[in-house]
Amino acid sequence: MDLTLTREEEAFREEARAWLAAHVPRTALPSLETAEGFAAHRAWEAELAADRWSVVNWPARYGGRDAGLVRWLLFEEEYWAADAPGRVGQNGIGLLAPTLLAHGTEEQRARVLPPMATGEVVWAQAWSEPEAGSDLASLRSRAVRAEGGWLLSGQKTWSSRAAFADRAFGLFRSDPTAPKPHQGLLYVMFGLRAPGVTVRPVGRLDGEPTFAELFLDEVFVPDEDVIGEPGDGWRIAMSTAADERGLTLRSPGRFLAAADRLHALWRAKGGPPETAGRVADALIGARAYQLFTYAAAARTRAGERLGPESSMNKVFWSELDIALHETALDLLGARGEAADTAWARRYVFALAGPIYAGTNEIQRDIVAERLLGLPKGRR
Amino acid sequence: MRFLLDPEHRAFAASLDAMLTAADTPGTAREWGRGEHARGRALWARIADAGVFALAVPEAYEGLGPRPVDLAVAFVELGRHAVPGPLVETVTAAALLREPGPAKRLLPALASGASMATVAYEDASSEEGAFALDGDAADVRLSVTPAGLRLAPGYDGVRPSLDPARRLARLSAGGELLSVGPPAPRALLTARLATAAQALGVGLALLERTVAYVGRRTQFGVPVGSFQAVKHRLADTRIALEFARPLVLGAAVTMAPADVAAAKASACEAAYGAARTALQAHGAIGYTAEYDLSLWLTKARALRTAWGTPDECRAAVLAARARPVSR
Ligand SMILES: Cc1cc2nc3c(=O)[nH]c(=O)nc-3n(C[C@H](O)[C@H](O)[C@H](O)COP(=O)(O)OP(=O)(O)OC[C@H]3O[C@@H](n4cnc5c(N)ncnc54)[C@H](O)[C@@H]3O)c2cc1C
Repeated sequence: MDLTLTREEEAFREEARAWLAAHVPRTALPSLETAEGFAAHRAWEAELAADRWSVVNWPARYGGRDAGLVRWLLFEEEYWAADAPGRVGQNGIGLLAPTLLAHGTEEQRARVLPPMATGEVVWAQAWSEPEAGSDLASLRSRAVRAEGGWLLSGQKTWSSRAAFADRAFGLFRSDPTAPKPHQGLLYVMFGLRAPGVTVRPVGRLDGEPTFAELFLDEVFVPDEDVIGEPGDGWRIAMSTAADERGLTLRSPGRFLAAADRLHALWRAKGGPPETAGRVADALIGARAYQLFTYAAAARTRAGERLGPESSMNKVFWSELDIALHETALDLLGARGEAADTAWARRYVFALAGPIYAGTNEIQRDIVAERLLGLPKGRR
Repeated sequence: MRFLLDPEHRAFAASLDAMLTAADTPGTAREWGRGEHARGRALWARIADAGVFALAVPEAYEGLGPRPVDLAVAFVELGRHAVPGPLVETVTAAALLREPGPAKRLLPALASGASMATVAYEDASSEEGAFALDGDAADVRLSVTPAGLRLAPGYDGVRPSLDPARRLARLSAGGELLSVGPPAPRALLTARLATAAQALGVGLALLERTVAYVGRRTQFGVPVGSFQAVKHRLADTRIALEFARPLVLGAAVTMAPADVAAAKASACEAAYGAARTALQAHGAIGYTAEYDLSLWLTKARALRTAWGTPDECRAAVLAARARPVSR
């Protein structure tokens, strides 16, 4: 058991740090939740990709560096410490890519992954529906067999970045006669500008418009855009969601950087003793999450699968994030309410953490039932 | 970087677990609390035979250490099984005894389990003097003051603790001066690390027992563990413990003051939270002294303030960060 970096890991970290120091834009890009910001962030993805920094843990043939999870974590620590821009490609990179790497065909990987790595194609996740939130398996959007493919119809909602994204991946009911709601689902990729798709942006709590509702009316998708076997969509979607929810959805680097910023803010305010405990808790929480993630990465490298324990991460980081940002706003006093500061923007975004990617109530159920073995209750 | 317990660590934990499971530690702890030390001493000898105390003693003095990671692994098991006695204090004594003369004389017996030690840490703020855990049972009583380390000649009366298995004594003044300017900061790190690991073990045991109980106990025709309010509280307990664990192991790897303080604060908070949840989920039976759960409930409270309260540890985290750190 150790925490010292190998020479290669150290060299990788140094290389990343130097590259970021030379490339991170001096003035922050406009919010990626706006049209202008989206374009600027796309360009940033291309810049990252040009030197193979956009997807370091992917195989080299798709634009990565075969870096593995530990080096990915180190990269992320440097990335957030350098205050580099948020990642517009994250949905695709964090959710679709691992799914394709595990369940896609070689043809799909070769076609989909490289333009994802460069930001040329930005992906949105189309899972939620108006009547299917926590009970996602009750989704009703349909996929009907057609010549050489499927016709998608129905409504999706809360789709992050879909207002400006190019394509989406999501679940559709392909066999309405399947005995259980989790069966008979199709996991499929489709174009957001394809005929039959209407995208309606929805303003979020922070006023940003990239969140969207999608209306689909007999949208054709060819067979080659189906991931895995028709009917097997749920299993495929969940297998990667659980693995990745823990490790790659929110890297510790983000919270280490935020805790450092909070600590700096606290010191700049003269280190008021009444907030000291909360600032210390942010530092401790970020460190705990970093070490927990190192351990998880080490276990994955040793061939273990993570599964339901990623639900613990989700609850932990989302609550840490809110507590940390609340502390910052409190430290700022009456000025904390000014909405155009980075602290305020990040605070409002943090508020969504316990809701998206499966609410924390659902995650606690998973921890209680799958990790602690408690009896299933009424849903 | 390989932040994962080695197979030897896991095997060590498993063998301690097996030995302690067979040893009726609850019965031993109850006797210990009544001042009957025979079974506790016999258990102590077996723990020493497993090598636990030797891990804190340098090789030059017939030990195997210092090996903080192994020590942390062992203390989690000692906490899980509610082993009584001045466990933390004995390994802390090993870290304090650095002068060759006293070390040569006292350490081999600590490593072998032939003697147990306790430590009273006087700081300027203590008004009525510091307590030494199990001062009546210990063979070696060390008092640390700003002036140096002394071998106390005896103790003055015993007071009960909130944890019936812990007995508190004030050490008599005077005694042989073992060193001036003892390595107190380093010893304090050992004490905090071992306490954090022990608290983590206490929390894990509380959770384990509570999960088993709520699966058995039925009300309204179903196990109480199927109620979401109960489940979510237990899930939060598990999450708090699982995030304290890497802090404890990470602190053992680095032995950096901020890491050790973070481990102590979070393990003790998690264990204390586990105790509150365990008591609530057990209902009235959890509030009875006869039921073994009480052994862990009260220990979680005692460990929380032993060797640094959560708030003192938080302050230590901030103090260590007084200068900006480069990561
Ligand atoms: C910022 C943001 C971004 C998002 N991005 C996307 C995206 O890109 N793609 C996408 O598909 N979706 C996205 N979502 C949607 C998100 O996944 C859903 O909001 C989430 O799954 C919860 O569904 P719901 O909002 O319908 O809440 P509901 O399911 O209606 O739940 C309402 C409340 O009831 C609780 N509840 C429900 N069932 C239970 C239960 N069994 N036990 C206990 N409590 C329960 C919930 O925890 C919640 O507190 C996003 C959401 C947000 C806020």
